[in-house]
Amino acid sequence: MVKILMAFLIGGLICLLGQLIMDLTPFSVTPTHILVAVVIGGAFVSAFGWYQPLIDIGGAGATIPLSGFGHSLAQGAISGAEKNGLLGAIGGGMEATAVGVVGAVVLGYLMALIFNPQG
Amino acid sequence: MADLKKEIEDSLQQYKEAEYQELIQQLRPKPPVVKNALAAFAVGGFICAFAQAINNVIIQTGLPQKEAGTVVVIIMIFLGALLTGLGVYDNIGKFSGAGSIIPITGFANAIVSSAMEWKREGYLFGVAAKMFTIAGPVLVYGILSSVVIGIVYYFLK
Repeated sequence: MVKILMAFLIGGLICLLGQLIMDLTPFSVTPTHILVAVVIGGAFVSAFGWYQPLIDIGGAGATIPLSGFGHSLAQGAISGAEKNGLLGAIGGGMEATAVGVVGAVVLGYLMALIFNPQG
Repeated sequence: MADLKKEIEDSLQQYKEAEYQELIQQLRPKPPVVKNALAAFAVGGFICAFAQAINNVIIQTGLPQKEAGTVVVIIMIFLGALLTGLGVYDNIGKFSGAGSIIPITGFANAIVSSAMEWKREGYLFGVAAKMFTIAGPVLVYGILSSVVIGIVYYFLK
């Protein structure tokens, strides 16, 4: 139960931060801008080793926001570099996130086949 | 003479446009920052709490945390895609903004909604091409970041 509460707090805070960036910047920030910024931000925060503590505290609150995807990409690249050198550094990020990316493409495609837009 | 007339007309047009833009800036409603932030916090937090609850259940089956995390991500992508197909997710998104965009369910929502919308363009240039309208940039910059981090790490370690 504590874990669920902490996931709520951390996940909520990440989304709140994103919303503030959307509302308080003068130029128009689209969902695409936000998603790209969150992934890049998550990846570089993770590269400095600052994202893992957030996961230790918030669990799914830190892995479910797309910054968690950035974290997996960064950590995949780092452990790839450790194990397989330069080739691992290049492919490690994709390797670590492959299941999620494939899942999104396959499930997204299937749902788009089944359903039609409303209204 | 004709040149001068055209020049005057052009500058008048420019002036009108500038005036119009200024008017738009004044009349455009300021976003309700506090309300939006709270809605994003509540909805984003709820989605993550829900994912954590699923995670807790999966852990009970004896799956290690790393694999359980991956399974949770897949389940959340499935739910995000399904709710988008049913037309529910976009209604949540209307008032929660970043709260429904930033979680992985929002990523699934972006894929399904643009793929669905462009279905009439066919399965090649419609569904398959347009499903990456938002997901494409995310993957491109995510992969670029990961490669930069990996290579820098390789040379610095």
